[in-house]
Amino acid sequence: MAEKYDLQEREVWDGNFAASQALRQAQVDVVAAYPITPSTPIVENYGSYVANGYIDGEFVMVESEHGAMSGCVGASAAGGRVATATSSQGFALMTEVLYQASGMRLPIVLTVVNRALASPLNVRGDHSDMYLGRDSGWIQLDCFNAQEAYDMTLCAFKIGENHDVRLPVMVHQDGFITSHTAQNVYPLKDEVAYGFVGDFKPVDDMLDFSRPVTYGAQTEEDWHFEHKARQHKALMDSRSIIDDVFAQFKEISGREYKRVETYMMEDAEVAIVALGTTVETCIVAARELRKEEGIKAGIVAPRCFRPFPFDKIRDALGNVKAIACLDRSSPGGAMGALFNEVSAAIYTTNARPLVTNFIYGLGGRDFSIAEAKRIFKEQKAHADAGKITTDIQQFSGLRGPHLGFFQTKRS
Amino acid sequence: MAATSIKNLKEFSTSNDRFEGAHTLCPGCAHSMIVRELMNCTDDNLVIATNTGCLEVSTAVYPFTSWDTSWIHIGFENAATAASGAEAMYKARKRKGSLKDNDASVKFVAFGGDGSTYDIGFQWLSGAVERGHDFTYICLDNENYANTGGQRSSATPIGATTTTAQAGSHSYGKKEKKKDMIAIMAAHGAPYVAQLAPNKWKSMAKGFQKALETEGPCFINTVSACCTEWKFDPKDTIGITDLATDSLIFPIYEIIDGHELNILYRPKNVIKVEDYLAAQGRYKHLFKPEYKHVIEQIQKDVDKQWEMLQRREEARI
Repeated sequence: MAEKYDLQEREVWDGNFAASQALRQAQVDVVAAYPITPSTPIVENYGSYVANGYIDGEFVMVESEHGAMSGCVGASAAGGRVATATSSQGFALMTEVLYQASGMRLPIVLTVVNRALASPLNVRGDHSDMYLGRDSGWIQLDCFNAQEAYDMTLCAFKIGENHDVRLPVMVHQDGFITSHTAQNVYPLKDEVAYGFVGDFKPVDDMLDFSRPVTYGAQTEEDWHFEHKARQHKALMDSRSIIDDVFAQFKEISGREYKRVETYMMEDAEVAIVALGTTVETCIVAARELRKEEGIKAGIVAPRCFRPFPFDKIRDALGNVKAIACLDRSSPGGAMGALFNEVSAAIYTTNARPLVTNFIYGLGGRDFSIAEAKRIFKEQKAHADAGKITTDIQQFSGLRGPHLGFFQTKRS
Repeated sequence: MAATSIKNLKEFSTSNDRFEGAHTLCPGCAHSMIVRELMNCTDDNLVIATNTGCLEVSTAVYPFTSWDTSWIHIGFENAATAASGAEAMYKARKRKGSLKDNDASVKFVAFGGDGSTYDIGFQWLSGAVERGHDFTYICLDNENYANTGGQRSSATPIGATTTTAQAGSHSYGKKEKKKDMIAIMAAHGAPYVAQLAPNKWKSMAKGFQKALETEGPCFINTVSACCTEWKFDPKDTIGITDLATDSLIFPIYEIIDGHELNILYRPKNVIKVEDYLAAQGRYKHLFKPEYKHVIEQIQKDVDKQWEMLQRREEARI
């Protein structure tokens, strides 16, 4: 029986510590992991809980991230609660197995501390790894601070393990800005947290020998399509369950989460759509702009990156005139992913506001309040002109000459 | 451990049919003999992980499965890790009392071909063995990537022709020698390592039982003659395997705790490797006069290895 861990009502934790405490409280059966900056402290903290008797489950330190996710798949198919953590190159290395985990409908929880992808090698935070996972069939929850990293990790188990979902879940936090910045975190008591997550109820348990199961079968053109369609449907259908879990979480914590978070959107004329810690920077910028210049600025932030909240995004942005979508990932010869997806959503409204795309903050380049203000003001200029007056895609915060692509054809 | 009786082949072969005959392996493929033997040598529950390869693609094509036991396939390289994860989950759930039957006896087994064992899954296997999981890894060694049409692997022996190391007017096939996986796995300190062959079915069953009984990670390399890529008549699988073991190209032996070597089969009449090579299409080109030196080299290597194994056995270190 695990030792009791004493927690204060208010703790000062960084995002990594918050995530590792949530793993401890969820009483995970198997953590199979491999260290990588900046998520290493999650597994180090967990290792210290193991060494000091706070964990009843198994802790398997494998030889690579591919091995970590492979171990998680084997463990999850054996009918228990499973989690791991990674970042960046480690995420890239486990990508093959991410698809296999979701295809086998295994509710593994992966805490991802977002970091840039090489080359050039970079240990700082951007969203390249989160974007790499966007077609992998996982639910992706996004956190803006350490408190949320804790809260979303607990919610992730309850969402993924729901028998109507049965999908793996990633919980994303920004490398260093969230993962290594100590902040106030209000944890739940152990018994409250575990009571919320609940006991793991296995489906197709490899260790139930009264009913043998085959995992990872082959399907060709006769059945593969139907399997992938069902998987997609499960992701789409998870939306209402995510809402339910967030509602239940509010009841025990008082903290309210939505699949799309909105700030100051009630009367907003211009908006930024962003992910991660950038959301908080933009909130400060919007408050100041409202006070200083009377610009009605608001923020829309997908808490749930997958399944993409197409309808909620559309609802949130239906009344604004100009929108900037901020992508913290190198788009590799295209428009940013958030821009593409948000544009597609609002294209199906009558309003069809003006949308531009900013690529920013790559490799941990700082995103300042001043930069957020400049972007808001540019949207205000578009709104006033009734058209996009700049390049549609711009790099923001880049050294050297301006870099931008494509002009509007709307008059 | 509930070991089954292995006195009588007929009785043994039908003792515990958990591997269905309905699969799509080639007629004459030794894989199914080896798998069936493993599954028949114990009455314990089995959790089996399998790397991508001939065995996997032939036994779990939706909506069918040949496996009347828990079975998982993830990818080409990670069956050892899938077994590790399942074994770790078993320990955790047993400790917490959350298993459906907390007293059920279970063994964890991983299968891989030589491509997934010697090449692409080498790291995953090495990691799982280093971590000491209680499982048995069985390599079905047919010395090539047979599932994808017969490409060279690092288990392909020198002189064999494969689609990616072809014999031709300027080539005698693969130039490099086979990797010694048994020595590598023994060097990991695995408590039980062996090379076994399905023609010596009793020693194979005993070896499997020993591995399953042994706590910790065990590795067994099995000779799996491949009629399709070695190019021989499917009815001759066991005959070819006899030539393999009796020419000592595939010696049958075990290594306990990384050092104690025991030879498990000593042919009464050792035959020349030439006789083994001549029985297979993949070595046909070696019988041209210009490649005589390759056959001589193979014989020399086999003699040297047999000498080494005997000396190691004698030394008891």
